[in-house]
Amino acid sequence: MTRDEIYEKLNAVFRDIFDDDTITVTDSTTAADIEAWDSLEHVSLMMAIGTEFGIKIPLNKVNSMQNVGEMVDFIAEAVLK
Amino acid sequence: MRELEFPFNGEYIVTKKRAIKRQLLESGAATGTPKKIAILGGSTTSHIKDCLELFLLDKGIPCEFYESEYNRYYEDLMFDNPELKEFAPDVIFIHTTFRNIKNLPAISDSKEDVAAKLDAEYKKFETLWAKAKSLYGCVLIQNNFELPYVRSLGSIDATEYRGYVRFVNDLNAKFADYAEANEGFWINDINYASACFGLDKWAEPSYWQLYKYAVALPAIPHMAFELSNLIGSIFGKTKKVVCLDLDNTLWGGVIGDDGPERIEIGQETALAETYSEFQEYLKTLAARGILLTINSKNEEDVALKGFERPDSVLRKEDFVNRKINWNPKSENLVKMAGELNLLPESFVFVDDNPAEREIVRQQVKGCRVPELTTPETYAYMIDRSGYFNPAAVSDDDLKRVGMYKENAKRLELEESFADYGEYLNSLEMEGEIGPFKDIYFSRIAQLTNKSNQFNLTTKRFSENDIINMASDGNRITLYGKLVDKFGDNGVVSVVEGEIKGDVLDIELWLMSCRVLKRDMEYAMLDKLVEAAKAKGIKTLKGNFYPTAKNKMVREFYDTMGFTLTEEDGEGNRYYTLDISEYKKQNNYIRMV
Repeated sequence: MTRDEIYEKLNAVFRDIFDDDTITVTDSTTAADIEAWDSLEHVSLMMAIGTEFGIKIPLNKVNSMQNVGEMVDFIAEAVLK
Repeated sequence: MRELEFPFNGEYIVTKKRAIKRQLLESGAATGTPKKIAILGGSTTSHIKDCLELFLLDKGIPCEFYESEYNRYYEDLMFDNPELKEFAPDVIFIHTTFRNIKNLPAISDSKEDVAAKLDAEYKKFETLWAKAKSLYGCVLIQNNFELPYVRSLGSIDATEYRGYVRFVNDLNAKFADYAEANEGFWINDINYASACFGLDKWAEPSYWQLYKYAVALPAIPHMAFELSNLIGSIFGKTKKVVCLDLDNTLWGGVIGDDGPERIEIGQETALAETYSEFQEYLKTLAARGILLTINSKNEEDVALKGFERPDSVLRKEDFVNRKINWNPKSENLVKMAGELNLLPESFVFVDDNPAEREIVRQQVKGCRVPELTTPETYAYMIDRSGYFNPAAVSDDDLKRVGMYKENAKRLELEESFADYGEYLNSLEMEGEIGPFKDIYFSRIAQLTNKSNQFNLTTKRFSENDIINMASDGNRITLYGKLVDKFGDNGVVSVVEGEIKGDVLDIELWLMSCRVLKRDMEYAMLDKLVEAAKAKGIKTLKGNFYPTAKNKMVREFYDTMGFTLTEEDGEGNRYYTLDISEYKKQNNYIRMV
């Protein structure tokens, strides 16, 4: 899966979770950029990403990714396995 | 909303919860005063609240929430809590799970040690419940416990006195005993819900380690659904009627083509047995007051032969209403609702044909239509959807189907009289009307929560409220019970008002629609005037507050002889009645 393909799916997940069709995430997007992205919504987000890409995000990854770019790196790696 | 109907996709609901909520609010399906629900958690509760709100909105219950701080359920109830006091909850829900059991047995414990631990664990909760009851007097809902995610003793964990499984089962049994003995208290059965969902996924621990969710996120909608069904039943949202198709729904095959001998019912084949089991399930629903009706495209005389087979579980007499004809099923259903004096939204329509389901879904607002697949899952689909979950099983429920059958006989009798008064006389009615009485408290509370059509103010009250009203010297309370030669209708009417000087302000006036046009409302007013005069009251004040469902009583007070004094922009109507010259109006019901 290319990064563009991952971004396309990831964007859709973000739009669903935050019910906002104007969202477009990029490598540098962080929780600070999306108002409703708090620690509780992070839980929904991790679950939805796991389901969307058919992967399980390990415990040590969930809270250590610094921005969406790192998230995409992780997804790109995980879907290969 | 289809996304929220069983079998729903929990992860989808979590992902789309904002959009779903927006759509539910836009649809305006939930109106009225919001129910205030306090969620007191022994673990994180945020998504539980979000999902619960969706399911309750879908049932037409708007709500507001209070959430305890993380794992502060105990402190929030036991210690001074002005915030919760001010919130004034209608419901307190205590969300605890296996993670919150502090006194688990150790392998070195003696039997006495474990018994003491069990007692300590139970007493902690019992104290909490007593405190909640005395402070808030509202509906109290407590989770029981799911089974442990791991059990170190294997199968004997369930029998060995030091086993966790044994401990949880014993604790759950104690919770159940308390629930049985205490009004206003319910158990949310997460032990059953987790088994249905699958304990492995339910208790998947990463959600606990990361976010302190004791129930894994994908399972939370399932837990919230269970809870919403319980809350819905407490507030009278339980469905009342199963409206059934016949061919390939109650039996296999098409009776018009195959003939009654060749339809699949009985014990001869797997398919026949499947339909028999479904009929058995429906019979258990009917036995506790759920009405069965038929809505089928068939020739009636041919179709009914299906129930004459000796191996048919259901008989023609088990159905309180039948529409077997070639009319659109949506029309049949609405007509049936009218004949039974019920709202179409009290119905669940069960049909194997997707086209028929779609018509009813589109044409009959509020009627629930489970998405059936294969016959062996029919009972499961109806059951798990929770449509008919009761908050209690009352004596009245057990008699209900009989009452509707009696009603059919009354209708026959009515048609044989030219004069309606003669018909009423022939019913030999006897009324019992008096101040709220302890044996009827729960029925009175149930009526205030369930009556929608013949209800002047649509104010809902808990059993606790009713108990308080009964002992309040500043109020006049009346229940009315009606018996006639066909049977006992039970408590069918409730009137209650507050004394303000020499005026009685009527806060509540409702009646069950099954005794419409029987003069019961006049009997109630006669008694109300009598009780009011005894208290030195000169004027009765009546209020009508319109809702989507109570149009039938908009002019009720006019027909009772009251004078309209004001109607405001919202359609609220205010009336008075000077009782000094009041003459009794009931002519047909003998008071006992």
